[in-house]
Amino acid sequence: MTHAEVNNVNVWYDTIHALKDVSLKFERNTVTALIGPSGCGKSTFLRLFNRMNDLIPSFRMNGTVMVNNQDVYSKEIRIDEIRKNVGMVFQKPNPFPKSIFENVAYGLRVNGINNKTIVEDTVERSLRQAALWDEVKDLLKKSALELSGGQQQRLCIARALAVEPKLILMDEPASSLDPISTARIEELIFELKKTYTIILVTHNLQQAGRISDLTAFFYLGELIEYNLTKKIFLNPDNTQTQNYITGRFG
Amino acid sequence: MTVIENNIKILKNDLLQMWALVINQMEKARLALINGDINLAREVWVNEKRVDAFELKIDMDSENVLLLNNPVAIDLRFVLSVLKINYNIERIGDYANAIAKVAEYASGPMPESILQSTHLPEMFFTAQTMLQESYYAFEKSDRNHLNILFGMDEKLDKPNRNANRTICNLITENPENTMLLLDALSIMRKLERTGDHILNIAEELIFYFDANVVKHSKLQNDNLKI
Repeated sequence: MTHAEVNNVNVWYDTIHALKDVSLKFERNTVTALIGPSGCGKSTFLRLFNRMNDLIPSFRMNGTVMVNNQDVYSKEIRIDEIRKNVGMVFQKPNPFPKSIFENVAYGLRVNGINNKTIVEDTVERSLRQAALWDEVKDLLKKSALELSGGQQQRLCIARALAVEPKLILMDEPASSLDPISTARIEELIFELKKTYTIILVTHNLQQAGRISDLTAFFYLGELIEYNLTKKIFLNPDNTQTQNYITGRFG
Repeated sequence: MTVIENNIKILKNDLLQMWALVINQMEKARLALINGDINLAREVWVNEKRVDAFELKIDMDSENVLLLNNPVAIDLRFVLSVLKINYNIERIGDYANAIAKVAEYASGPMPESILQSTHLPEMFFTAQTMLQESYYAFEKSDRNHLNILFGMDEKLDKPNRNANRTICNLITENPENTMLLLDALSIMRKLERTGDHILNIAEELIFYFDANVVKHSKLQNDNLKI
């Protein structure tokens, strides 16, 4: 069942044509990896789903971006409503300078949920889903900034999960982490797939191979190839894809 | 050239050298048999150790590429194929060595009458042609050299299927040749197995070229798309 869909999307930053007529569908409960060299448009593509690109003054686009059959760029839709349904995890962990508990509770508070029991239950559930609960259950009042990089990233994932988004965007979520923390994030992504749809930007091709069901290869703003990850990594249809993943260019 | 390209080039060169050595081994074994040339037979025995050394090196280098270079797509298919081709070539080398041993322990050349009645010359020719063609297919990454292999294998299977009856009849007619005929039978078996190993190699090459898995399929020569 399709969860998110992009149709004939073009994006420009001033005169730079960053995405060229891209169309893609994302099925529910799948992990899709977006790969390609720097500047190919994959992060721009990812940020279409929660309208993060809107913050860039020179950004303009056409085409449609649908999430849950709703047009994300419709004038009737509120951005905070979109971002409640579309969580995002960034390259570097960016916890707020608050306690661990308040970091996870933040999204609920913004949405006006202050009931103590609901908030506490949601914080625990989210931390458990992010595989962090056992490590921090006795430290909930400590500053999130005291956690390790890997723990901070899982905290950010817990924070994203707290508002029950369904679609999660991840922009190189493990690129600043050591191999052990990376493995934990990857295990987590594998678990989260049961409940969420995940779109992931990564420069780590082995990571794309390990955790994604589908892979999309972008180059110079174009979607070159989109297929099952196994197919892409064993026998891509396109020569450019093969050259990129085998390290011949990029 | 990237590190992985370089390592793959080394792997390919090593396998081609091993392949050429085994082609040479089979030819020497054939000549030793039909000429009763003991020195040539011993040369095959000495070179068998080089074949084994190549197999070990190629295995180790393939493991290193898998481990250290994380190959994907055509590079991954190449390394997986090389691992399996390596095994098959080494087995063909073993058969050449076994044939040479028959020549070494025989008291002279294999008599012409036995060679002709067992079709050994034709079987050698077929097996050696298949070996050479598969070598070219790998060397030049050229599918065309694979096309003939699937049809040629029958030229090894047919005399092998009839081998028991043929040898039985010949022993009955010439019981004094029993040992020679049993040697001929074992060589027929080895040449037939050589053909099977070359078909395995061809299947691996198809996987390397096109990512198609054709082994164990019952595709006939005329509908095999390569």
